[in-house]
Amino acid sequence: MTWSEMQPLLSQGTIDTLYMVLWSALVTLAGGLPLGILLVLTDKGGLLQNAVVNKAVGAIVNIGRSLPFMILLIALIPFTTLIVGTFIGPTAMIVPLAIGAIPFFARLVETAIREVDHGLVEAVQAMGGSIPTIVRKVLLPQALPSLVSAVTTTVIVLIGYSAMAGAVGGEGLGSKAVTYGFQRFENGFMIATVVVLIAIVTVVQLLGDGVVRLLARRGRTAT
Amino acid sequence: METPVITTTGLTKIYRSAQSRGREVTALDGVDLHVREGEVFGVVGQSGAGKSSLIRCVNLLERPTAGTVTVDGQDLTALAGRGRRAGKELRRARSSIGMVFQHFNLLSSRTVRDNVELPLEILGVAGQERTRRALELLDLVGLADKAKAYPAQLSGGQKQRVGIARALAGNPKVLLSDEATSALDPETTRSILQLLRDLNRQLGLTVLLITHEMEVVKTICDSAALMRKGRIVESGTVGELLATPGSQLAQELFPVGGTASGPGRTVLDVTFLGAAATQPVISQLARTYNIDISILGAAMDTVGGRQIGRMRIELPGAYEDNVVPIGFLREQGLQAEIVDDADTGADAAATVPAQSPAPVKEDAK
Repeated sequence: MTWSEMQPLLSQGTIDTLYMVLWSALVTLAGGLPLGILLVLTDKGGLLQNAVVNKAVGAIVNIGRSLPFMILLIALIPFTTLIVGTFIGPTAMIVPLAIGAIPFFARLVETAIREVDHGLVEAVQAMGGSIPTIVRKVLLPQALPSLVSAVTTTVIVLIGYSAMAGAVGGEGLGSKAVTYGFQRFENGFMIATVVVLIAIVTVVQLLGDGVVRLLARRGRTAT
Repeated sequence: METPVITTTGLTKIYRSAQSRGREVTALDGVDLHVREGEVFGVVGQSGAGKSSLIRCVNLLERPTAGTVTVDGQDLTALAGRGRRAGKELRRARSSIGMVFQHFNLLSSRTVRDNVELPLEILGVAGQERTRRALELLDLVGLADKAKAYPAQLSGGQKQRVGIARALAGNPKVLLSDEATSALDPETTRSILQLLRDLNRQLGLTVLLITHEMEVVKTICDSAALMRKGRIVESGTVGELLATPGSQLAQELFPVGGTASGPGRTVLDVTFLGAAATQPVISQLARTYNIDISILGAAMDTVGGRQIGRMRIELPGAYEDNVVPIGFLREQGLQAEIVDDADTGADAAATVPAQSPAPVKEDAK
């Protein structure tokens, strides 16, 4: 396989991978953030303490996290078909990717929010702040650096998941690696795929770290 | 200084731990507190006495188990309703009660100015007006040049000034101070107390503060209460407390020690207040009755701009022999209190554990 043969496959694979990862990351963010916040608020001693909701959400998150992604991918085929109309192709893959990543991200959000000093919450309560105010003006901004780290980690996990999705009818670098690298023993192509994946992950990590550093410069300790 | 602006009646807070059923901790045990308008009221006590629960019950950060809290004529306990969440009315009432904290509780993600703007955002004040007011408040606490800094760039004292500016944003009538100076060094403590005093005078702000430092009470409080095991055991203006025979607060504010040098002697605790403190009473006493007076212990200080002192003196002879000189002291407008032999030894040491038997406390300097 020459470079001119590999090049279009790699660029198409990269575009598909980025497409899947980007959209599933957005859906994960939209779904996981509220779940993570809900886990903290409904916990014992939380602002919206509610054992039933907390246990239920916690159970769903744990079930989602305990299923290997490969199994989830196959188990979700009817659901994906219901939503997208097909279970093949990059768009269809967004559904299992997001569902697989939401519980993971929700736990990371939960940890990040929990780190916010309770004294700050109390201070805003004493000012007459409502719970939405506390979430918007205290919990989220104070946890922002940790939340950005959580997004970075989640995006990298999604890149990994997306390669698996490639094996089950998705497109992207994973699917290309299986088709050419594994089934046709094109070692050169396999190496090229690995290099591209490493490059993508590195860029994502550097970007995430850069943002965190920028946020941290404003003032580190929350005393 | 007449109408109470903060009143609690029968305030009780019982913590129940979920793990061990039936184990209850009574943090507040029927506390009646009256803080008058425009005064600085200090609640002192050791840790675990319930001070923190008390101040947190005043703005209902902590829900009292029983009893009522009235702030500025509004019954907050009635506003609170039953749920755990603070309803709209309670939140509005809270926004007119300022609060400062031991650990400042500033948002590290916001600049100093934005921290002060936060309560104004909650009140729904528009952008420009908010900024104007925040800068005005920062100017008031002497931090106008730090508006754009982040809290991490400030010293402890500066952080507390921001905390105070923030607490004042809603134009509160009442300021609650939860150990506001306990994390600060002595010099910074003095400057923060001075600021609180100034605000109290300039704005007519009523301040309720809790502290474990007697020095704080001495420096700025008009009135004080002593808490022990969830109860208020003594309460009154500083003057009243000093005038109360056997007052523990007076004894802790102005600790005097020393025991009789031998049997057949009378030990007296003399309290000087205001003008009497400047009179040469002791030498008059010695000259008039031709008696030798030993000073066993003394403490002098200025409280709320008034010279106040306590002194433990020893007169020769039993009480019966000294009725006339004691009468003389009382005539001069001094509080004179006989210290029983039992009191001078073990008991005095027990009530003032931190005190050494050294006759003159450093306050006397």
